[in-house]
Amino acid sequence: MNQDKYEPVIGLEVHVELNTKTKMFCYCSADYFAKQTNSQVCPVCLGLPGALPMINREAIKKCIQIGLALNCSINETSYFERKNYFYPDLAKGFQTSQLVLPICVKGWLDVEDDSLTGLGMTRIRINRVHQEEDTGKLTHVGDETLIDFNRSSVPLVEIVTEPDFKSSAQVRDYAKKLQQIFKYLGVSSADMEKGQMRLEANVSVRLVGQKELPPYRVELKNINSFRFMVAAVEYEIKRQIEALEKGEKLSQETRGWNEAKNETYLQRSKEEAHDYRYFPEPDLPEISFSDNLVNQIKSEMPELPALKLERYKNEFKLKLSDAKILIDDLFLANFFEEALIYGREKGVEAQQIANYIINQKIDLVDSNPSQIVDDILAKKSSTLDDDLELEKLAKEAIEKNPNMVESYKSGKISVIMALVGIVMRISSGRANAQKVKEILVKLLNN
Amino acid sequence: MSDITQLTLKKTVDGIKNKDFSEKELNEAFFKKIESQNSKLNIFLSQKINTTGIPVAIKDIIITKDIPTTAGSKILENFIPPYNATVIEKLIENGVSVIGKTNCDEFAMGSSGENSAYGPTLNPWDITKVPGGSSSGSAAAVAADLCVFSLGTDTGGSIRQPASLSGVVGLKPSYGRVSRYGSIAMASSLDQIGPFTKCVEDARLVLEWISGGDKYDSNCKNEKFLSSKKLTNLKNIKIGVPKEYFGKGLDEGVKKVINSALKKMEDLGAEIVEVSLPNTKYAVAVYYIIMSSEVSSNLARFDGIRYGKDRDKFGAEVKRRIMLGTFSLASGYYDAYFTKAAKVRNLIKQDFDRVFQKINVIVGPVSPTVAWNLGDKVNDPLKMYLSDAYTIPASLAGIPGLSVPCGFSEGLPVGLQILGKQFDEDIVLAVGEVYESYTSWKEEKPKI
Repeated sequence: MNQDKYEPVIGLEVHVELNTKTKMFCYCSADYFAKQTNSQVCPVCLGLPGALPMINREAIKKCIQIGLALNCSINETSYFERKNYFYPDLAKGFQTSQLVLPICVKGWLDVEDDSLTGLGMTRIRINRVHQEEDTGKLTHVGDETLIDFNRSSVPLVEIVTEPDFKSSAQVRDYAKKLQQIFKYLGVSSADMEKGQMRLEANVSVRLVGQKELPPYRVELKNINSFRFMVAAVEYEIKRQIEALEKGEKLSQETRGWNEAKNETYLQRSKEEAHDYRYFPEPDLPEISFSDNLVNQIKSEMPELPALKLERYKNEFKLKLSDAKILIDDLFLANFFEEALIYGREKGVEAQQIANYIINQKIDLVDSNPSQIVDDILAKKSSTLDDDLELEKLAKEAIEKNPNMVESYKSGKISVIMALVGIVMRISSGRANAQKVKEILVKLLNN
Repeated sequence: MSDITQLTLKKTVDGIKNKDFSEKELNEAFFKKIESQNSKLNIFLSQKINTTGIPVAIKDIIITKDIPTTAGSKILENFIPPYNATVIEKLIENGVSVIGKTNCDEFAMGSSGENSAYGPTLNPWDITKVPGGSSSGSAAAVAADLCVFSLGTDTGGSIRQPASLSGVVGLKPSYGRVSRYGSIAMASSLDQIGPFTKCVEDARLVLEWISGGDKYDSNCKNEKFLSSKKLTNLKNIKIGVPKEYFGKGLDEGVKKVINSALKKMEDLGAEIVEVSLPNTKYAVAVYYIIMSSEVSSNLARFDGIRYGKDRDKFGAEVKRRIMLGTFSLASGYYDAYFTKAAKVRNLIKQDFDRVFQKINVIVGPVSPTVAWNLGDKVNDPLKMYLSDAYTIPASLAGIPGLSVPCGFSEGLPVGLQILGKQFDEDIVLAVGEVYESYTSWKEEKPKI
């Protein structure tokens, strides 16, 4: 099979539940997790006859923040529409969503692919970021299906990309970056296991060099982890190339992921496709956003991961890999930056602090940033330079790790760094690493 | 005083205040009357026995906590709502209590009351005739003095038309004047709750009670209606008479009654000018696209899962409109139907905007005919739809409309329609009140 003949065309739809106090269109609490079933409900989110929606302004603000973080333009006016379809978890018989005039449009996010394909940074165009509401939740028990409406009308933001992804690694990076952005903005915990963030991928393949989109696409749905999504995308690319090679015609369908069999499976074919009969929601007024409002919202936004990464690299001169680790978790990054302030007074370098935080795997909850700096200074003053002492430690490391020794001797000399790391750990970071390395080389070559 | 059930709302409030009678006596009097009349007229679908409060009858499409609310449909036969519509809460605050829920066309779809799944309400003036619809029971209840006043809903004429055919005052407020929260939606961009009363002054009072902002209806205007205009005559009032409302289809008898009402208004000092609303001819078609589109979506929640009845329990007219609306919104037809209709709706609005630059109110007939025989139009939906040709344009434009009794033709009541600019109920009511005070139609009562 000629893999290189084809290239995947992938687009992503991401749903994220906002952590607003109240629901999207009523005054019920939006915090439904682990609550008594059907306890966070009212006539509106139950879709009772006569009930009407009201717009949650806080949710709209968060939707705009997401849009701005993804470099979108904010439409001056926007409105809600009804997406009509029947499903037991859909209280009103329609979902209040957006089609024609979403709140945010035309953004982008740069993603990278560390894999061997060496594609580097790719700009993924974002088609839209729109506001909608979640549905109730079905639980199947034997022959019965139970409905919990606590989740009904919880604010949901949908982010739709153009079909710009070329690999599963890019998909993973995009999803990770989005999750990071949601957490930085504080708009959602974006926990995939809790369903706060959901991914859907549209996957198709075409011949390399072909400009037009393939005449079909396979929608991968209901996949609740990054890992499974990546696996499903990879599986699909392979499956589709194989099918095309065999001369089969691929068609529009929705597929899920079978964890046990490690394969995708057919959920719905095109013949069952819906006509959602969208039309403007007559119960809600148009919403409009002035430049002032958008600027105000922009000014309240925190520094985002991409900019922080640049700053850590350029301003603090951190190694890229360390900077990435630190910005991954906003709490960790904030801890680092606080330690930095104190470190500056005491003459401790940013990279030293970063090393300490990353290598010592310190417990952030029980530590405080100034203590970290003091510890670094204390360690520094008691650096182990004594050759005999170091040799003792190096021997210990060698004895305890015969596997590493073996791989070293079989020619994989990079394993030496792992042994250095072990000595550093045994010495609580006090050992002079350069000397340790020299001693190890000497010992191992004997 | 002979019969306290015949008193207007204003006089009832005064009577209680002056201790002429107690609230208990008032409620008992209505209870007795309902007992003797309801089986004849089929007005109430459910009743509540009260000892306090001013008795109001509520169209069964408006949600009442703990009182069955069916919307005239089998699909909601056993539905007992857990909440009150905003208007009900507001009435309760003003010392009003619900004595019963009134019959109506299923989900307010109809112009005669015959689409109710619970049998038609009969016209108190002649029980062989329809009372008009869809708020049939609420109109008939006021006509037959089975309540002090009532509430109905008007989507394309469902307050004004039955008020006209049953000889009572009916007010459709501007869209956005009264909260729709708790009114089971038929067409969300058109529905409006309003009162049926025994005189114009009462309609004014009820509007003051039920209007105003609501944190549960985003389309509802914040300001409460406060009447400021009281006229003693019609001097300086310019009345526009749309020629499109006097064309083919208008019954000669009705026309005569309307013309003499216009003459009376001229005598009271009004300047009468002919105006043109050229897009009137498209109104019924536009209405049936927009209304049915919204219906198809609004009624989706009755999906057979939660209210105990399957969708096959919808009546024929409801099914017809769901299908029509589903078609109008379908991909490939949306632009030709829904989008086009929305554009023409705008033109109809502009017709009114233009005309209201030169006049204060529009006056004309509510209905092209008086009440017709039961069964006459049930098998001809189009004929039934056309009976709302004079009320639909105002609904599409969101402007207020009042029906005031203005005489009789063939022994049956005729209503005069007065329309004003959006949120200008004040002038509409003021003109209606002057006309009413110089005529004695409201003294006429059906012999039942």
